[in-house]
Amino acid sequence: MATTAEGFDIHDAHDAHDHADHKPGFFARWFMSTNHKDIGTMYLIFAIIAGIVGGAISGIMRVELAEPGIQYLGWWAQLMGGADDINTALHMWNVFITAHGLIMVFFMVMPAMIGGFGNWFVPLMIGAPDMAFPRMNNVSFWLTVAGFFSLLFSLFVPGGSGPGAGTGWTVYAPLSTSGSVGPAVDFAIFSLHLAGAGSILGATNFITTIFNMRAPGMTLHKMPLFVWSVLVTAFLLLLALPVLAAAITMLLTDRNFGTTFFDPAGGGDPVLYQHLFWFFGHPEVYIMILPGFGMISQIVATFSKKPVFGYLGMAYAMVAIGVVGFIVWAHHMYTVGLDVNTKMYFTAATMVIAVPTGVKIFSWIATMWGGSISFKSPMVWAMGFIFLFTVGGVTGVVLANGGIDDNLHDTYYVVAHFHYVLSMGAVFSLFAGFYYWFPKMSGRMHSEFLSHLHFWTFFVGVNVIFFPQHFLGMQGMPRRYPDYPQAFQFWHEVSTYGYYIMAGSMVFFFVNIGYALVAGRKAGANPWGEGATTLEWTLPSPPPYHQFETLPVITDAHDYHDHRPATA
Amino acid sequence: MGQMHTRMKLATLAALAAGLALLAPITATAQDAPAAVETAAAQVAAPDAAMVESVTDAANATGGSYTPMAPTKGKGMPTSFQDDPMKSLTFQDQYSDNGKYALWMHNDILMPVITAISLLVLGLLLYVVMRFNRTRNPVASKTTHNTMIEVIWTIVPVIILVVIAVPSITLLARQYETPPEDAVTIKATGYQWYWGYTYPDHGEIEVISNMLSPEEALKRGEPGQLAVDNRMVVPAGVPLRIQTTATDVIHAFAVPSLWFKMDAVPGRLNEKLLTINEPGLYYGQCSELCGARHGYMPIAVEALPPAEFAEWVKSQGGTMPGAEEAAPAADQVAALTAR
Ligand code: HEM
Ligand SMILES: [Cu+2]
Ligand SMILES: [Cu+2]
Repeated sequence: MATTAEGFDIHDAHDAHDHADHKPGFFARWFMSTNHKDIGTMYLIFAIIAGIVGGAISGIMRVELAEPGIQYLGWWAQLMGGADDINTALHMWNVFITAHGLIMVFFMVMPAMIGGFGNWFVPLMIGAPDMAFPRMNNVSFWLTVAGFFSLLFSLFVPGGSGPGAGTGWTVYAPLSTSGSVGPAVDFAIFSLHLAGAGSILGATNFITTIFNMRAPGMTLHKMPLFVWSVLVTAFLLLLALPVLAAAITMLLTDRNFGTTFFDPAGGGDPVLYQHLFWFFGHPEVYIMILPGFGMISQIVATFSKKPVFGYLGMAYAMVAIGVVGFIVWAHHMYTVGLDVNTKMYFTAATMVIAVPTGVKIFSWIATMWGGSISFKSPMVWAMGFIFLFTVGGVTGVVLANGGIDDNLHDTYYVVAHFHYVLSMGAVFSLFAGFYYWFPKMSGRMHSEFLSHLHFWTFFVGVNVIFFPQHFLGMQGMPRRYPDYPQAFQFWHEVSTYGYYIMAGSMVFFFVNIGYALVAGRKAGANPWGEGATTLEWTLPSPPPYHQFETLPVITDAHDYHDHRPATA
Repeated sequence: MGQMHTRMKLATLAALAAGLALLAPITATAQDAPAAVETAAAQVAAPDAAMVESVTDAANATGGSYTPMAPTKGKGMPTSFQDDPMKSLTFQDQYSDNGKYALWMHNDILMPVITAISLLVLGLLLYVVMRFNRTRNPVASKTTHNTMIEVIWTIVPVIILVVIAVPSITLLARQYETPPEDAVTIKATGYQWYWGYTYPDHGEIEVISNMLSPEEALKRGEPGQLAVDNRMVVPAGVPLRIQTTATDVIHAFAVPSLWFKMDAVPGRLNEKLLTINEPGLYYGQCSELCGARHGYMPIAVEALPPAEFAEWVKSQGGTMPGAEEAAPAADQVAALTAR
C-alpha cells in the first residue's frame, strides 16, 4: 500500500475519462474479464436468467398442483423426449422439483448475492481497485456457467424412469445411486462440482480481498456490514463446500466405480450421505441469506439516515450464526432414526441460532427507531424482508423441536418455512439490493412507481403462495408430491393463484429495468442522500472502469458509522 | 453417533437381512399387483379385484372374521376447507398420547410465542413507519447503540427458548420410551412403491399394501390417494413396537394423526413405540422422496379392539403369541435394536 493519497479528490468525473475508464474490446471485456464490476454484472445477468428458468419451472409445478390428479406432466415428459407412460410423467415431476431447487440455490441466489453484489460492491466498499485475484474471479464465473449447462444438459439424458435427474436437490442416496439409472444424475452431480469449485475459488478471493485490500485506515471494525456479511459467507463456503464435494464425489464413485460408501450391501450407510450433505446444507442456507442481511443493514441505515444500531452486535451476530450453523445439521434428519440424546442435542443447538437472528431483526428496527425514514424502493423491500423473514424464522423455531418435527418433516410446512426465509427473505433482500445499487451500477434511475408496484404485488403474491402451505403441511400434505387427496385441494388452488400474482408482478420488474436503461434519469454519484455513507457513493454512477487507483484513506476521526474518507 | 457402533449394528442387520431374504418370494408375488397409474384420469388403477377377493377367501378359509373398517370422516385423515375451514388450517386430531402432548405443545406454547413475536415485529415496523417517517421526524437521531437494550433482546429470547425447550425435551423423552417386552411388533418395509407389513410375533403374517385407484376408493367410501387394498391392522390401546426398513431406496412411514414419522432406510432397522388410543382408521403417506411413484404409496393403519385384532390375525392365517410358541427371532430383533 505504497500509494496512499492524502485526501480523496482523485476521482472526479472528468478524471474518470482518462486511463481509469479505458475499456478492452468486446470479447476481451466480457469473455476474459478481470474487472470485478463487469464480472459482477455478468453474474447478475446470469442469475436473472437462471431465476427465469427456475421460476418458470415452479410455475409448471404450481399449475400441475392447482387440482388433484396428473394434468400436464405427461405432456412435459414427452416434450423432454420421455416415453408416453405414467412413470415417465411422474418422474418428470421429480425432475422439476430437483431442477427448481438446484437452479434457485446454486444458480440464482448464490450467484446474485455473492457473485453479483459481492463482486460489485465489496471492492468498492473497502476502497480497493479490484478483487485480489481478478483472473480467478473470471474462472469462478465461467465455472458457474458451465455448471448451469451441465445441469440443463442432465434434463435431456436418461435418469431412471425418464429423462433428467429426479433425486431432489438433496440428492439422497440410494435414490441417487442405485435408484437412478442413466447419466442424468451424473451430470446433475457434476454441475454441483463445477458450481461448487467456482464458489470455493470465489470464497478464497473474497477472503483474501477483504483481509488484504482494505483502504488504509479501514479496520475490520470499520468495514460496512455488507462486507462483513460477505466475509462470513466466504468462510462458510470455504468450510462447507468441500464437504459437499466429497459427498457427491462419493455418490459418483458409488454410481460408477463400484464403491459402497452409501450402500449397506457393501458396509456403507445411506444416512452417512445425509450427515455429509447437511453438514454442508445447513451452512448453505445461511450462505444464501447472510449477504442479504448485509444488504438490508446498509439499506435500512441509508434510508433511516442513521448509523446501523449496534454495529458490533450486528457483525458478531453474523459470525455467531456462521459458527453455530456448523453444529446444527441433523435438524434436517430428525426422522432418520437418530437416538434420543442426539435429537435432544440438535434440538437445543438449533434453537440457539434463533438468538443471533433475533438480535439482527431487533437491531434493524432499532436502526429505524428515531430515524428520518424515506420510503424509497430499496427501503420498502427491506422492510418487507424484515417482516417476512421473521415469519420464516419463527416457523424455523417450531421445526427446531425434534419431537414436533416428527409430524412436520417432509411436509409442506417445511416448504413454507424455507420459502419464507428464501423466496421472501433472500429474494426480498436481492430486490432491495438491486433497487439500491441499480443506479450505481447502471448510472440510470429506475422508476420508483414501478418498483413500489412491483413490491406490493410481489408481496401479496408470495404470501398467497406460501402462507396456505403452512396449513397444508400441518394437515399432513407431504412435500415432493405431484398429486394429493381431494382434501388438500382448496389451499393448493389458492397457492397457485398466488403464483399468478407473483409472476405478473415480475412484469413490473422487467419493464422497470427496460425503462431505466432506455429512458431513466441519469443518476448522480449519490442518489440516496446523506444516509448513504459507504465508499461506493463517493464514486460517479456508474463508477469508472478502474477505481481507487489511488487509495482513499479512512482516518481515525471517522468511526464505523461513516465509511467515507475525511475529505468527502 | 459412534461410527464403530453403527458398523457393528450394520453387521447384525446384514445378518437379519439375509434371514429376511427367505421371505422374499412372498414379497415378489405380492408385487405382481402393482399400482399402475393411468395418464388420463392420472390415477392409480385398482389391483386385481380378483386378488382382493382371493385374500378374503383365504381369510374365510382359515377361520377368523374380519371386515375392513369404514373410515370416519375427519378422523385420521386430512379435512378439506369446504368441510371445516378451521380444521383445515391446523394439525389433524391426535389419537396417541404423545401426539396429544405434541399438539398441546404446538398449540399452547409454540403458536402463542411465534404469533406474538411476528406481531411484535409487525407492530414495531408499523409504528416506525408512522412515527419516524421523514415528514413526522425530519431530523434523525444519532443513537448508535444502547447496551442495556441489546442485552435485553439477547436474554429475553434465551429465556423464551428455555421455556420452549422444557416441553420439547420432555416430548422427545416420551417419544423414545423403550417399547415394553410384550409390545406387539409390526415391521413396515418400504418398497418402490408400496408397503409391506410383517408381524413376527404372529406367525410371520405378511401384508402387502398397495394404493387403491380413486374409483375403487370411492366405491369403498374411502378417501382417494389414501385408501389401500390391505391395511396395516393393529390392536388399539396396546403398545406397538413399530419397526421400519426398506430394500431399495429410503421411504418414510408417516401417519399425521398419530404424530408418527420414521424413515425406512435400507440396511437399517428403525424402531419406535406407538400406542394408539382408540380403534379407528388412520391414513398416512410415504414421506421421503423415493422415485417416480413416491406420491402413490399411502399407509392405512386400522386399529381394532384387541379381541378383533386377534380375529384378524386368525383370518390371515397367523397365530397369537402364547397360543403357539412365539417366534423367537422377533424377540431377538427387538433386543438388538432396543436402546
Ligand atoms: C431461526 C432460524 C432457523 C431455524 C431454527 C431453522 C430450522 C429449520 C429446521 C429444523 C429445518 C428442517 C425441517 C425439516 O426438514 O423437517 C429447516 C429446513 C430448512 N430451512 Fe430453516 N431454520 C432457520 C432459518 C433458516 C434460514 C435463515 C434459511 C435460509 C435462508 C433456512 C432455510 C431452510 C431450508 C432451505 C430448509 C429445507 C431444506 C430441505 O429439506 O430441502 N432456514 N429449518
Ligand atoms: Cu438447517
Ligand atoms: Cu416411498
